[in-house]
Amino acid sequence: MIDRRQFLKIAGFTTMLGIGVMPVVSRISSRLEASQVFTDPNALTAKRWGFVVDMSKFRTDEDIKRVMDACHSIHNVPDFGNPKDEIKWIWPEKFKHAFPGQEDHFMSKEFVDKPFMVFCNHCESPACVRVCPTKATFKRKDGIVMMDMHRCIGCRFCMAGCPYGARSFNWRDPRGKDENGRPFIAKENPEFPTRTKGVVEKCTLCYERLAVGKKPACVEESNGGILFGDLDDPNSEIREIIRTRYTIRRKPDLGTKPSIYYLIGGGENV
Amino acid sequence: MYDTGKIIAGLLVFLALVTFPFYSNIGKANAKLELKLDTPEISKLPEVERKCVESKSYMRAEHMQMLNTWRDAVVRDGQKTFVSSTGKHYDMSLQNTCMKCHSNKKDFCDKCHNYMAVKPYCWDCHIAPKESET
Amino acid sequence: MFEKSLSGSPRYWAWIFALLAVIGVGFIFYLRQYSYGLGITGMSRDVTWGFYIGQFTFLVGIAASGVMLVLPYYLHHYKKFGRLVILGEFLAIAAVIMCVLFIFVDLGQPTRVMNVMLHPTPNSVMFWDMVVLLGYLFLNVIIGWTVLGAERKGTPPPGWVKPVIYISIVWAPFIHTVTAFLYSGLPGRHFWLTAIIAARFLASAFASGPSLLILLALIIRKFTKFDPGKEAIQTLGKIVTYFMIANVFFIGLELFTAFYSNIPGHMHTFQYLFAGYDGYSKLVPLMWTSSILAVVALVLLVFPDVRKNESALAVAAAAVFISLWIDKGFGFVLGGFIPNMFDRITEYWPTMPEIMISIGVWAIGLLVLTVLYKVAIGVKEEAEA
Repeated sequence: MIDRRQFLKIAGFTTMLGIGVMPVVSRISSRLEASQVFTDPNALTAKRWGFVVDMSKFRTDEDIKRVMDACHSIHNVPDFGNPKDEIKWIWPEKFKHAFPGQEDHFMSKEFVDKPFMVFCNHCESPACVRVCPTKATFKRKDGIVMMDMHRCIGCRFCMAGCPYGARSFNWRDPRGKDENGRPFIAKENPEFPTRTKGVVEKCTLCYERLAVGKKPACVEESNGGILFGDLDDPNSEIREIIRTRYTIRRKPDLGTKPSIYYLIGGGENV
Repeated sequence: MYDTGKIIAGLLVFLALVTFPFYSNIGKANAKLELKLDTPEISKLPEVERKCVESKSYMRAEHMQMLNTWRDAVVRDGQKTFVSSTGKHYDMSLQNTCMKCHSNKKDFCDKCHNYMAVKPYCWDCHIAPKESET
Repeated sequence: MFEKSLSGSPRYWAWIFALLAVIGVGFIFYLRQYSYGLGITGMSRDVTWGFYIGQFTFLVGIAASGVMLVLPYYLHHYKKFGRLVILGEFLAIAAVIMCVLFIFVDLGQPTRVMNVMLHPTPNSVMFWDMVVLLGYLFLNVIIGWTVLGAERKGTPPPGWVKPVIYISIVWAPFIHTVTAFLYSGLPGRHFWLTAIIAARFLASAFASGPSLLILLALIIRKFTKFDPGKEAIQTLGKIVTYFMIANVFFIGLELFTAFYSNIPGHMHTFQYLFAGYDGYSKLVPLMWTSSILAVVALVLLVFPDVRKNESALAVAAAAVFISLWIDKGFGFVLGGFIPNMFDRITEYWPTMPEIMISIGVWAIGLLVLTVLYKVAIGVKEEAEA
């Protein structure tokens, strides 16, 4: 005959065991289902996607803004109208801010203040992925540093970790309206989700377009200003440019190995 | 036993409280849940294509697990194509596949979710099809 | 034993209900934050962690400092701490609970908090921080409750507690080391990217925690029949003195490295905090308050004759506590974000709801502490009677 004390011990232990085993069982069963899915044969694939941004094609803030608007409108990026809550995937940043520490007194003012288009660098060793406690941000096999908005708990450790300021947090509901009734998302793209308050977001290299064989929206909108290809393929166009021309990357000394190259003094033969 | 009266009174109060949902609903008509499985979009489809990616009973029981699998495959593995048990291919997308046919979220998703008192957070981000206010 | 907390003087109950009222107000503000989003705080795209994470970091130190009583008592058999050690353990419990709550209120999606356990990620320091904090909470609850229970029965504590205590002694420095690693492993945040963060954290923890205990011990002696012991309080004073000196020394090391190397990224945050940078200087008065309090405290502490005066010691302890609360709770966390990754300045100041929520969390901590101390003192008084 067991006494009350023993009964509680056994009951408690069994409950703990059940709670412990449940996630394992559910994971196995979801794996079985996953065998029914595969990649679209039209999808664009690579080992490590990268960009070369030809700075000769982007002379003013407007050139960048055109690309920025294209990206932000198809991805339902809200405009809160203030820098505190701001969310941005692509935006212009002056040379001295995009490459802090590299400017000096003797450079021309035009160059120091020249707008550079900045976005997520899709680093090969991303600090944001290293610090995320839930794998909500992770690196895909094709090099894209991706966000799983379903899983993000909004701790913002990735924003502390990213040395490029590429990440934005939804400080408030992006579906809301301001005091004057202006919706933060001017026109929703019904084909793409919005985000919810309390999650971090950033450029996802148009994973949804690559999956159906389309180039990223910024590449398409840039009229050849952004070249896009596989950094892992020695014969790709972007590898050829990086080999033969002068390109720079943001903060390469931090060891994150960014995949976005800026072509300086580019020209006609690109 | 000490305080027999208090203990029994306490137990009775406890019992009355936990059984409240049951006796408060006794005798009330419990409407059977009818989902609207027909939308203008579905009726436009040719007769043979007028079925979901999997059977009705499977979808009713398993759609949440299926959507979880779809989510992980698309977001985490970059795989977008689903092969159904009949061998047909579908684009895995809540907004662009499921809701293209089931354009009646209120009469389809919400009705049953409300009935079951579950609150999935799909629609915090995914955009529901435009419906007239009813 | 818990029943000891259910009977007390009217003053005790007034205090409990006052705390509950404050918690209630904090909770109402939390509901507002929950529905509006974290935009209700002063945090921004550039300063993504603020007052909450600052409080968290400071309180991990308070929690870890329990070891400053446990170690001398159990490893060196320093009997004078016998009456104080349970207070240290219970302070650790209250502090860890506050830590967990400050993390919780800082989450954008609090309902998904279990994802940290459902998708365990060993490469994330945040994951390990959760492991060490929950582990430390567990250890202190087990040790504190068992030892106090044994004391009540007038028997020596069961033998299995000893190894658990030794584990907790090793564990305590780790909770603060792992918390330091949250910061010191991030590329591109120059202010945090330094190997001495963990050491600095431990030094400031072992100064601020015992300072708080000195104040608590003095309060307890005033309001109850329980006397933690004059000599025990003096020993705590010595511990505070040495670790405060170490802490100031470590900050000095940081200043030397930043300014002698003359590397702009290393200097900017110090310039911002103590002199203002690019015309921005919101934190300068606070940081100087912290520095002046540190000097005042050290002057009072280093002279044994001054320190022996309990009023002077109380002033010094309060000065250390406030100084380090500002330094860790404000300067350290905010400094990492200012200037930002683009060498631009966005300043930060907590908003009213943010402060009310923080006060609510502190009130929960004080409530836990009050109840636990009531139990401990009740048992001690009973054992002595």
